[in-house]
Amino acid sequence: MSLSVAGTATIAPLTEAEVARIRADFPALAEIVNGEPLAYLDSGATAQRPQQVLDAEVDFLKHSNGAVHRGAHTLAGLATEAYEAARETVAAFVGADAEEIVWTSNATDALNLVAHGFINATAGRGGAAAQRFVLSPGDEIVVTEAEHHANIVPWQEVAAHTGATLRFVPVDDNGIWTVADAAAVITESTKIVAFSHVSNVTGFIAPVEEVVALARAAGALVVLDVCQSAPHRALDLRTLDVDFAAFSGHKMLGPTGIGVLYGRKELLNALPPFRTGGSMIETVTMMSSTFMPAPQRFEAGTQPVSQAIALAEAVRYLNAIGLDRIEAREEQLADRMLAGLAEIPGIRVVGPARGVARAGLASFDVDGVHAHDVGQFLDDKGIAVRVGHHCTQPLHRRLGLTATTRASAYVYTTEAEVDRFLAAVAGVRPYFGVSE
Amino acid sequence: MSDALSGLYQQVILDHSKQRSGDRLLERADATRFERNPSCGDEITLQFVLKPGTDIVEEIAWQGNGCSISMASASVLSQLAPGLTVMELQATIDEFRTMLRSKGVGEPDEDVLGDAVVFQGVSKYVMRVKCAMLAWVATEGTMADVARARD
Repeated sequence: MSLSVAGTATIAPLTEAEVARIRADFPALAEIVNGEPLAYLDSGATAQRPQQVLDAEVDFLKHSNGAVHRGAHTLAGLATEAYEAARETVAAFVGADAEEIVWTSNATDALNLVAHGFINATAGRGGAAAQRFVLSPGDEIVVTEAEHHANIVPWQEVAAHTGATLRFVPVDDNGIWTVADAAAVITESTKIVAFSHVSNVTGFIAPVEEVVALARAAGALVVLDVCQSAPHRALDLRTLDVDFAAFSGHKMLGPTGIGVLYGRKELLNALPPFRTGGSMIETVTMMSSTFMPAPQRFEAGTQPVSQAIALAEAVRYLNAIGLDRIEAREEQLADRMLAGLAEIPGIRVVGPARGVARAGLASFDVDGVHAHDVGQFLDDKGIAVRVGHHCTQPLHRRLGLTATTRASAYVYTTEAEVDRFLAAVAGVRPYFGVSE
Repeated sequence: MSDALSGLYQQVILDHSKQRSGDRLLERADATRFERNPSCGDEITLQFVLKPGTDIVEEIAWQGNGCSISMASASVLSQLAPGLTVMELQATIDEFRTMLRSKGVGEPDEDVLGDAVVFQGVSKYVMRVKCAMLAWVATEGTMADVARARD
């Protein structure tokens, strides 16, 4: 099968046989849920982890656990080496240098780190180097109407603290926006453009290159939320030419409790720190302190060391499979979902139409049945999906929906699981007694 | 279909979720509350009316948007509340909460709960207890408002 829309026609998607072998690495996928084999279609919320990742974390804790960047004993040295090697691995995964990778507790934390850098710079912290982050009334921050709350609320805080205005790129009835929509909102007043590479609800893939060009022309900095792209497609942040990017470990086969902020080196070294305290300072007197260069200046306090090491193992696992092949596979699965859902009466799928590039997920409304009831019905058949507003209340409001049901695929998702999901969705309206 | 799911979605509940009792807003009420479940977006505006000069419930009116469990439980509550005193209604709400938190263990007091016993199946689904409680929590809020207004 070849789909040319996303330019992946020459990449061979993962085969069913390969997926079957991959699944054997994931203990959670063998669970029986409500008497049925688990069909896990909620990887967009959190992914399951392979044994290799679980082992990497436990092995570290058994043999090398120690406090990093302090102490002279052997374990402290081993821990520090492993921790920094993990940073190198994750940096290479997204086409960055190690000094450009800041460990955070999750992607939300990473976005808050950037947002509070602007707030602190505006409050006068960071000196002359931080001038480029100073905002004032008349300045504008641009996000899209489709953003996750994590890429809206921190910018509302920045606006409230600095007097800048938050503006948004509107979406259409399917939750989609275009370069022209962005161009109409990005102006010379724009100082920050923040948007997601891939929508967690619609699966829409943003025209990053074009938006970055608009932002550059306006002199604005670009913050890209890559939570839904980093796990699923090859990513080169340097080529994308964004200024900051955020993603989380647990959506890419890694642990919870760890996220990543990418920032261009010169920006990270100028951005005032968000959290302060131990490990991020050079000199402390009773009156004032000086801060380390990035990334340490943003890593105050005890860090998620075993999580970083396990995340690096997740990266190795994904690299061994090949991100291009994962992307091609998920494109097939998304098409299978869309084709099947189109056959079921009363289903409205949001996002790009079939045949247009989208991530391996489908969010939909079932006419006459609330998403929570849909999710409960599917769970009874062992099928795990996400229901609710998916942390995108403004997008759902625009779509005229309070909640949707989302099925999201990953590297271990089988065609049979998608088919089970489709068969179950077909049974929802009859079960709840909703007539045609 | 599992027995548990059939226990959750009793026909009475599915009927109430479609043919809703009390699903209207009044011009005048003794107290009005807006309650929302932030994790799922379910919401309800609920109005509480006492018979003038008494502590007997005259009416509970509401409008909302949510899953079949939250809408049906509001509907059942609005049928069950009229004629109860405030104290009796609070006892009913307490019993309802106890039943929902029982994780399927124990027998609810049908004399107190009346038709609301159909929600017993919800107690096996921890994630859905909040859905069933939505209107009942809003009602507790309106009763607190009324009590405060009298103080």
